[in-house]
Amino acid sequence: MAENPAAEVTTANPVAEAIAALKAQFPDAVVEDNRKGYAGIVVDPEKLVEVATAARDTLGYNYLSSATAVDYLGKGDYFEMVYHTYRVPAGGPPLVIKARTPRDRATLPSVISVWPGADFQEREAYDLMGIRFEGHPNLKRILLWEGFDGHPLRKDWKEAYYEQDQKPFDSRWPQGRVYRAEERNPYGKNVRYPEGFTLDDFTPVGEAPNYDGVDLGINVQEMATPGLKTDRLVVNLGPHHPSTHGVFRMVVTLNGETVEDLQPVMGYLHRNHEKIGERNTFLQNMPFTDRLDYITSMSNNLGYALAVEHLLSLGPRYQPPTYRAEVIRVLMVELTRVVSHMWAIGFLLNDLGAFYTPALYAIAERELILDFFEAVAGSRMMCNYMRFGGVFKDLPERIQGIPLLANDRVRNEATLDYLANIINERLPRAIDELDDYLTHNEIIVTRCQGVGILPPEMAIAYSAAGPVLRASGVPYDVRRAEPYSIYPELDFDVAVRYNGDIYDRYLLRIDEMRQSVRILKQLLPRLRETEGQPIISGSKAYSPRVPEGEAYGRVENPKGELGYYVVSDGGQNPWRYHVRSPSYINLTALGPMAKGHKVADIVAILGSIDIILGEVDR
Amino acid sequence: MTNGDSGLKALHNPDIPVPEELQSTIAITSLDRIYNWCRARSMWPLLFGLACCAIEMIAAAASRYDISRFGMEVMRPSPRQADLMIVSGTVTKKMVVPIVRIYNQMAEPKYVLAMGACASGGGPFKEGYNVVSGIDKYIPVDVYVPGCPPTPQALIHGFLTLQKKIESQSLRTVPWYRSGESTAVPIPLLGPDIIDPRQADLIRRQAVQAATQAATAPSEA
Ligand code: SF4
Repeated sequence: MAENPAAEVTTANPVAEAIAALKAQFPDAVVEDNRKGYAGIVVDPEKLVEVATAARDTLGYNYLSSATAVDYLGKGDYFEMVYHTYRVPAGGPPLVIKARTPRDRATLPSVISVWPGADFQEREAYDLMGIRFEGHPNLKRILLWEGFDGHPLRKDWKEAYYEQDQKPFDSRWPQGRVYRAEERNPYGKNVRYPEGFTLDDFTPVGEAPNYDGVDLGINVQEMATPGLKTDRLVVNLGPHHPSTHGVFRMVVTLNGETVEDLQPVMGYLHRNHEKIGERNTFLQNMPFTDRLDYITSMSNNLGYALAVEHLLSLGPRYQPPTYRAEVIRVLMVELTRVVSHMWAIGFLLNDLGAFYTPALYAIAERELILDFFEAVAGSRMMCNYMRFGGVFKDLPERIQGIPLLANDRVRNEATLDYLANIINERLPRAIDELDDYLTHNEIIVTRCQGVGILPPEMAIAYSAAGPVLRASGVPYDVRRAEPYSIYPELDFDVAVRYNGDIYDRYLLRIDEMRQSVRILKQLLPRLRETEGQPIISGSKAYSPRVPEGEAYGRVENPKGELGYYVVSDGGQNPWRYHVRSPSYINLTALGPMAKGHKVADIVAILGSIDIILGEVDR
Repeated sequence: MTNGDSGLKALHNPDIPVPEELQSTIAITSLDRIYNWCRARSMWPLLFGLACCAIEMIAAAASRYDISRFGMEVMRPSPRQADLMIVSGTVTKKMVVPIVRIYNQMAEPKYVLAMGACASGGGPFKEGYNVVSGIDKYIPVDVYVPGCPPTPQALIHGFLTLQKKIESQSLRTVPWYRSGESTAVPIPLLGPDIIDPRQADLIRRQAVQAATQAATAPSEA
């Protein structure tokens, strides 16, 4: 469940204790956030690093999950940087730390020295909000390019196709006189130039900033072996490259074949999820969450539903989701986990050079699960299935009519039989098959063991999540650390592996799929028992009244902790909508992991993190 | 060679009779027809995934759908070996620069298939500040496949449509065998926003207009 520490006052509330301790230690610099619906502490920026250090060292909040900024234009006229910190592997709710800075000269100290995982997140806040972080070693734009005009997540920044602050737009509803946005844009394209921009004095910034701090050109060096010369050169992988899992780019400095430095360059799929999300009504964001990590749309839905449900629970007439809805949600989420891990393993093998054959096997099972999703939600990939308080539709009684099997046989099976077959027969067999064929394969063992090692302290410091964190020996799984939905009553183990290399990340995914099947088996009887019960609680309002406040809803997605930070001002649409995406933050550790390995290993290391660019760039 | 009507017999020119028993061995046909027939059945798409749609593109190549049945499976990672660009996903301003560059690097004859709502017109992200509202604003598109994402079947249908288009072309009129060099598409630049060199005049005019009348921002015109 999304957390509000104040709301779950237990006998021993670690967060309340932590806040009290920090207030005692820094009486002038720390105050409690007393806005209605908010939680955590507000820290004087001057003391931010000190308070953060104390929270990490003496109170154990060693894991920075999410760091993001909110623009309170018109409400308090400041930016607020919000840090969600957790104790790993102990678990429990977050300690939320906030720091404010005036909008016109927004500057805050960087917390990288405390939590290195803040690196990309601070760069993102700089890029999109324009907050400068003092002490950040590499404060450059990350999702947009150097030279872009303005900081788009500021509330007063308007895009080229801007119509109105809130949806539904008047032109569509209720009058419904739709026009095409490009007709109002003189260029006919989605572009806007700052006032006074003239093409004649314009010099393109080009690629140079990407290479800042990286030696360009070839620079011949003597190596330790006398007489042997190696070239040091900068190689660019991506954004169009078969091994980068999409439009991702790595600027790699090589000494001979050895990686000296690796800088990720992203933003090639930055689709402005958050800006669009702040115009949408709360419900309209649901289909957009599908498109974050487009392989796991079902579990993306859940995280967002949890965040908004938490906000709704601050209001008067809130009813939690029904039991059947929770069972169906977990069913969907765990099936998604299997799909995602299968895909990850198939494509890791692709990256290792086994072109496509293992992926073919991994995708075969995926198709069966997608058939089920399609029958239930109407779409294979973009399911848009969950709603606040439940799910969109109950499972159909029969799965019918998708003539996709061999010989175009029309399928007509009872849904539960179909599911039981997948869960009891197909998936366990497929997982065993992968395990049998791959785990002891000599090539896999040689190329994966001992490569791309991420030690546990580093994994925590860099805010790594999901399989990347757990394969480094940290038994931290949100499903257990801060349980949501019906996970507390389900019997499963948190998979852990201890070497932190590519091989362990692969094994961990196999382990985790087995655990998922174990969960799925427990869900089958629950599905039968709850048949006929309602799948949604409360009203099916198109636009629910969401009370004022903030919420951070997080789930254990296949790729790691997916969090949604949502701020509501009581209006139709979220005031702030931020996605903490595991793929993005897991990449923070890519550079350190790749250092010292050969260039061919980078491809495998990246494959073992299992990123999805839709989620990296959002 | 795939669907029934495109076998060797399909190549026969009905005006020139070939004895029945030789019809599966000999075909008398026009150069256009044989040339197009070969090209349409050996497309080499560029191995090029942009976003969610790329996942369905991969699924279309995988076992259940298997585009190799249509002579399409040789996906090439290098533009120089590919003749079909499947724009599979959202095109962002940051990415359109490499896309146009890659398109220019593809050898002619070349085709573009816009897969999905995003590539065709911006899709659900159209209003976003970093999203290009359709790749056809920058490079010519031959076939549009609707959907978000299109199912693999829809993509295969798009391939078949493209094959038909190729079959209807004539060596005499296609642009790539004209004399003279073919011109490359100018590569957009990243400035304060994306700049399409083909629009330089318009951008200049707008800037002058804005300066002279101190008008409202162009986007609100
Ligand atoms: S059309 Fe839909 S599925 Fe395809 S890239 Fe766009 S959002 Fe994704």
